Amino acid sequence: MSDIITLAHGSGGKTTGDLIKNIFVKHFNNDILMKNDDAASFMLSGKVAFTTDSFVITPVFFNGGNIGKLAICGTVNDLAALGATPLFLSCGFIIEEGLPIKELEAIVESMGNTAKEAGVKIVTGDTKVVQKNAADKIFINTSGIGIIPDGIDISGNNAKPGDKVIVTGTVGDHGCSILLERERLDIFTDLSSDCAPLNKMVGEVMAKTGNIHVMRDPTRGGVAATLNEIAVQSKVGIKLYENRIPVKDQVRGVCELLGMDPLYMANEGKMLIIAPDDSVDTIMSVLRNSAYGAQACIIGEVTDDHKGRVVMNTLAGGNRIVDMPVGDQLPRIC
Amino acid sequence: MKKFNMCPSCKREYDDYGDRRYHAQPVSCRDCGPTIKLCDSTEECMDDRNIFTYCGQIISEGKILAIKGIGGYHLACDAMNTEAVRRLRQRKIRDDKPFAVMVKDYETANKYCHISPFERKLLESKEAPIVLLKLRDRGMLPCMVAPGNPYLGVMLPYTPIHLGLINAIDSHMLVMTSGNKSSEPIYYRDQDAISNLQDIADLILIHDREIYIRTDDSVTREVLGKEYMIRRSRGYVPLPLTINLEGKVLPRVLACGGELKNTFCITKGDDFYISHHIGDLENMETNKSFEEGIEHFKNILNTDFDIVACDMHPEYLSTKYALTLNKKVYFVQHHHAHIASCMVDNNLSGEVIGVAFDGTGYGEDGNIWGGEFFTGGYRGFKRAAHLEYIKMPGGDMAVKEPWRMALSYIGNSIKDNYGKNQDDDGINIEGDTFLRDIDYKAIRTIELMMERNINCPVTSSMGRLFDAVSAILGLRNTISYEGQAAIELEYLALDSTLEVVEPYSISIEHKNNVYIISTKELISDIIRSVVNGEKKADISLRFHESIAEMVLCCCSRIREASGLNRVVLSGGVFQNITLLKSCIKLLKNNDFEVFYHEKVPSNDGGISLGQAMMACMDNID
Ligand SMILES: [Fe+3]
Ligand SMILES: [Mg+2]
Ligand SMILES: [Zn+2]
Ligand SMILES: [Zn+2]
Repeated sequence: MSDIITLAHGSGGKTTGDLIKNIFVKHFNNDILMKNDDAASFMLSGKVAFTTDSFVITPVFFNGGNIGKLAICGTVNDLAALGATPLFLSCGFIIEEGLPIKELEAIVESMGNTAKEAGVKIVTGDTKVVQKNAADKIFINTSGIGIIPDGIDISGNNAKPGDKVIVTGTVGDHGCSILLERERLDIFTDLSSDCAPLNKMVGEVMAKTGNIHVMRDPTRGGVAATLNEIAVQSKVGIKLYENRIPVKDQVRGVCELLGMDPLYMANEGKMLIIAPDDSVDTIMSVLRNSAYGAQACIIGEVTDDHKGRVVMNTLAGGNRIVDMPVGDQLPRIC
Repeated sequence: MKKFNMCPSCKREYDDYGDRRYHAQPVSCRDCGPTIKLCDSTEECMDDRNIFTYCGQIISEGKILAIKGIGGYHLACDAMNTEAVRRLRQRKIRDDKPFAVMVKDYETANKYCHISPFERKLLESKEAPIVLLKLRDRGMLPCMVAPGNPYLGVMLPYTPIHLGLINAIDSHMLVMTSGNKSSEPIYYRDQDAISNLQDIADLILIHDREIYIRTDDSVTREVLGKEYMIRRSRGYVPLPLTINLEGKVLPRVLACGGELKNTFCITKGDDFYISHHIGDLENMETNKSFEEGIEHFKNILNTDFDIVACDMHPEYLSTKYALTLNKKVYFVQHHHAHIASCMVDNNLSGEVIGVAFDGTGYGEDGNIWGGEFFTGGYRGFKRAAHLEYIKMPGGDMAVKEPWRMALSYIGNSIKDNYGKNQDDDGINIEGDTFLRDIDYKAIRTIELMMERNINCPVTSSMGRLFDAVSAILGLRNTISYEGQAAIELEYLALDSTLEVVEPYSISIEHKNNVYIISTKELISDIIRSVVNGEKKADISLRFHESIAEMVLCCCSRIREASGLNRVVLSGGVFQNITLLKSCIKLLKNNDFEVFYHEKVPSNDGGISLGQAMMACMDNID
């Protein structure tokens, strides 16, 4: 086997077969995938949640993870955001000719590990190889299926005045650390992406209370964009308090230098939870005792005022409109 | 005044056709008119027969009083009490931005300031604006009132409450600042004021007349014998500007204005109603008063509109608002609006040379404009010249931290990066004073940002050039209010004792039918001056003169090509009257007709008018 990906690896012939066997099957390893059929087959019962996401990121390997881990977390978290238990994933790879096989294996291995941590099976997949420069190293698409427990209705339409807004940890870590690495701003070293599968934590919360109105992972556009979407969808206002929003000192410092706002920076291991007042204590205590939620904070509330708008009570004392960004703060990250 | 029932004696005056108070709305007296009372910070109101004596006493003790006026609340303290003024700054979290004062009368003002007959007229006018007056001696007032400022904003009492108070204190001079927390608009509802001002004010003086519309004090000054408006609000609004239409019928327009210092403008026939100063729209309260203000104007004017005009900036909240109205939207480039507003201010029609010197405005090419020369008129402008594009590292952070612009300009002027070594002329940059206070790591990061184009929009802004020079001279690395670096640079120039002012060289290049103004030589000359130990006041004055020379040079070339001879000066940078006067003088000496603002501000408070006019003129058949 050569040590870089060649066009032959995508031809469908023996080279492809070897690659699948030696890398994908080795790390994804599960009964359904092993059947080696044209499609995966399995039984489902209950209300199904289904989502898809494509991942393109520079750099492919970053502090705190890589594109493979990101591809699993992104899809798992989207399912978890509906309160679903993620079960099965598909993944499609588009690989640029010349990618070292070692790198591919590292990516696939971390996908396998993350899937294991999240308790999901990667049951079907696809690989294409494209010519040099037709892609940037590797693109991954993942789709996922999960089951929503009976009686759970979590949606961006459900925020109600009086609800509290919770974020499960510090804001902006992923976007900030990726930017530093991509631009080789190596003056700041101790930051890493928060990339993590959140379904187990969300599951624990839901085991204690199903009384949750909205969950959403604030990825592209950050907390600001996500809350704006919810405010519009639910036709409510959202009020934030700057002094309650958890931001790492390094993130705050870097953002200030770069002229960016952590509220608009992507997160890959955080969930925004909007829930009625009476379930907030329960939710917070579960989160605070969980590895990915130890720094969870109640950062604001849903109001009847300023419908469709997110407004932040700032440290200086005024109420600033936190608007939906028109352009991307960080292109190429999702 | 509806809620105050007139007593018999007032009613008699009101109904008497022969009386001068016949049907005058505010007729009232001590018995039946509005009453005033004091609230202490526990929200308890106490009635006091001798309210003014009591207030005068506590103000004299150095306490801070919140006072309900006619457009909102003020915060007041004794202007001669350094401690009180310092406390007011601390509690209001306002570092350097100058306070205005209210003085008893012209005579009192005259003790502290030079006042021309025209300035006296402004001061004593029924509009009672804040008038910027030249201080006789900066040392006469506690420096905390207007730190480092050679001017003082002065107004006279314009309500009976003010009069009562000012007579009750010995200095006859109160600091009067808007009653708000920083970044909030002034409070005008009693409840808001009491709950928000109680930790700033020691005592709150209220009356029982309701305020319907929040209105700030207007701010104005004199330039060359004419009024030069800075903030058009109380007293001036809602009187419209009437446009000479030569019989044309205009569409009805709502112009949404800019983002900061917002005003909007509604047209009805040939009347252009510019709103009071609304403020910075990012603030929720301000934004609400923007939307409510538009509804209010529509109602009192009994009108609606066919066209909505707005800025081109996709992130302006006023633009986003315009797009929600489901009306025909007409986009006006920010600086086109500035020039059009100044043309309306001067009753001009036809084509002119427009010089727009400004902080930031979204350009037609998506870059940030602000050092622009145009030719054209209400139906459209063409860019004729502009400052060369320069990186703005960190976007808005480069506005808040002028040292970033300095670094950008220095980098552009001297190819080797700052901090490394010497340029080819042998100027040792590292050995000099500027940017010495800035953390090395921060400088290095900003340099990397520029090298790699991370969040570095490019700008041709004149405001940013002033910022950069201010930082290079070591005046201001960061600012605490809008325009601070440039303002301090202007004031510094006033201290120059140069008799002959030699401008620095600025080169102009012709490229694709547009003149590009290079600042490379200008910046390296300034650096050389600094290194040579020239007096900073002199450097600042020479810089101002250079910009005026550059204006003349560009206008002359544009005149040659276009035959246009009228020059219109607008944009926020022309609040710098040192620059304004130099430009006017140089241009006039070279036979240009020069027009500048009078009734409408040159800053963003004026752009709604320009937007409205351009939308109107482009939409008549
Ligand atoms: Fe998502
Ligand atoms: Mg998705
Ligand atoms: Zn009476
Ligand atoms: Zn402007």
